[in-house]
Amino acid sequence: MKYTGKVWKFGADIDTDRIIPARYLNTSDPAELAKHCMEDADPAFATKVSAGDMIVAEKNFGCGSSREHAPIAIKASGVSCVIARSFARIFYRNSFNMGLPILECDEVVDTAEQGDKLEVDMDTGEIKNVTKGLSFKARPIPPFMQELINAGGLMESIKKKVAK
Amino acid sequence: MRPMTITEKILAKHAGLKEVSPGDLINAKVDIALGNDITAPIAISEFRKAGAKKVFNRNKVVLVPDHFTPNKDIKSAEQCKILREFAKEHKLTHYYDGGEVGVEHALLPEKGIVVPGDLVIGADSHTCTYGALGAFSTGVGSTDLAAVMITGELWFKVPESIKFHFTGKLRKWVSGKDLILRIIGDIGVDGALYNAMEFTGRPIETLSMDSRMSMCNMAIEAGAKSGIINPDAITKAYVEKRAERPYKFYSSDADAIYKEVREYDCSNIEPQVACPHLPENTKNVSDVKNVSVDQVIIGSCTNGRIEDLAVAAKILKGRKVAKTVRLIVIPATPLIYAEAMKKGFFDIFLKAGAVISPPTCGPCLGGHMGILAAGERALATTNRNFVGRMGDVKSEVYLANPAVAAATAIKGKIAHPDEVSK
Ligand code: SF4
Repeated sequence: MKYTGKVWKFGADIDTDRIIPARYLNTSDPAELAKHCMEDADPAFATKVSAGDMIVAEKNFGCGSSREHAPIAIKASGVSCVIARSFARIFYRNSFNMGLPILECDEVVDTAEQGDKLEVDMDTGEIKNVTKGLSFKARPIPPFMQELINAGGLMESIKKKVAK
Repeated sequence: MRPMTITEKILAKHAGLKEVSPGDLINAKVDIALGNDITAPIAISEFRKAGAKKVFNRNKVVLVPDHFTPNKDIKSAEQCKILREFAKEHKLTHYYDGGEVGVEHALLPEKGIVVPGDLVIGADSHTCTYGALGAFSTGVGSTDLAAVMITGELWFKVPESIKFHFTGKLRKWVSGKDLILRIIGDIGVDGALYNAMEFTGRPIETLSMDSRMSMCNMAIEAGAKSGIINPDAITKAYVEKRAERPYKFYSSDADAIYKEVREYDCSNIEPQVACPHLPENTKNVSDVKNVSVDQVIIGSCTNGRIEDLAVAAKILKGRKVAKTVRLIVIPATPLIYAEAMKKGFFDIFLKAGAVISPPTCGPCLGGHMGILAAGERALATTNRNFVGRMGDVKSEVYLANPAVAAATAIKGKIAHPDEVSK
């Protein structure tokens, strides 16, 4: 799977309240959640983001509550993947379980700026910054995990197995 | 081959790999999957939504309704009913109810359901307790539990390990609880985020299983994924007569790679108290002066085991709980309850003026059986002292070991065990 899109840059310790504020948790409808994605970090994000774009953030992205709404909102907003120095543990699990691809790569975070165009190859872990002409390697996601993402998350991939 | 830690070895084995390194994403076979009356209903609903008809193995899915039992209200009765019916439908071997139920993390090791070398997941954050047996065990969400109930497998990211190496001699009244509180006080509630905490050194090798369990139990309070102790003769003596499956001892290679190694000299560690409202706010008990309490709780998955009740009984024998204090003793399992009764601890507790509760999580999570009013203060042998954990948001919880708890109940204020018992 390959993704192409532009960078939305965020700082360190972006918590799940900034990703999707608690005041919107009275729904779990992805489209509704997407309208408020990243609202408390960048109020205009949801209206400006295009399909395929990527969030690039500093350390500990997704800290705070264990709400699964956070990766759901990001995915539904059209973001193709999140690249950060590190992720909070529960957010990390929830992202894969909800089918949102995430990668850890210091070099990309060091060099990418708002609006840079990136190409991400999930199979090889290669990340290209097309704007700057740079190329990096993140640890690739093993095939069974990609299967999970491609199915749309953990329960979806299991539903497929159960149906077989 | 790359030298590995005990955690890496267990994960590699369950993933069918020769070796793993920190950061690797692996798919691993799970030996035991645990749910309770709070988390299992969601997992059961996901299980049904996925169209699953059968659990992967009826001996390996364990349901323990321990949080709000005996059912505290209609809603909790409904939750427990979901578990009961699911257990019946799938003929689960390990479902405990009524007079058989105990606090999950005390019950599973006691019954030999979890054994050394296992990979265990539980939809409960204190699932990390079983590291005391030399198993890899960690808390997950209800969705993860549902997935494991169906497939028997789950994905994991291999954690980095931090080694906590102890030397010196344990001081009187100091237990595993104090060692872990001391660590959390040093590194903070996120000091081991993502990581496996490995406890080593001579003093650890002399700790009883009960004490090892309280230690690994609180690994999550430092943000860790798991806590673990290399199994030895003490582990063997404990599991030999209980294990319901063959078990395997893994241990860390001498040249295994750690993210960090921290050294502790036990000779200068005295009983610890974690002050409100975080487990990292630890102090030496002798530095906590003039803090009166309204309630003392001795119990929970951290310190509700027989050794904990024994040390409390030793201190309370022939003494009275202060008039201003309500002491509630909660043996963690029916077996511990029976043993405490047989050993005469109940006579001691009752004469001292304590309440003896049936095995339950009860007040530990502010469920029932001893909730605090606004402005009240408790000292508990539990593991969390967050705002409102045991009742009103204006109440306070201090955490300590059972000896400090017993001394505090007698004195009416937080006290060093030496103040009442030499
Ligand atoms: S005793 Fe407390 S910490 Fe342990 S499982 Fe029950 S509620 Fe959780």
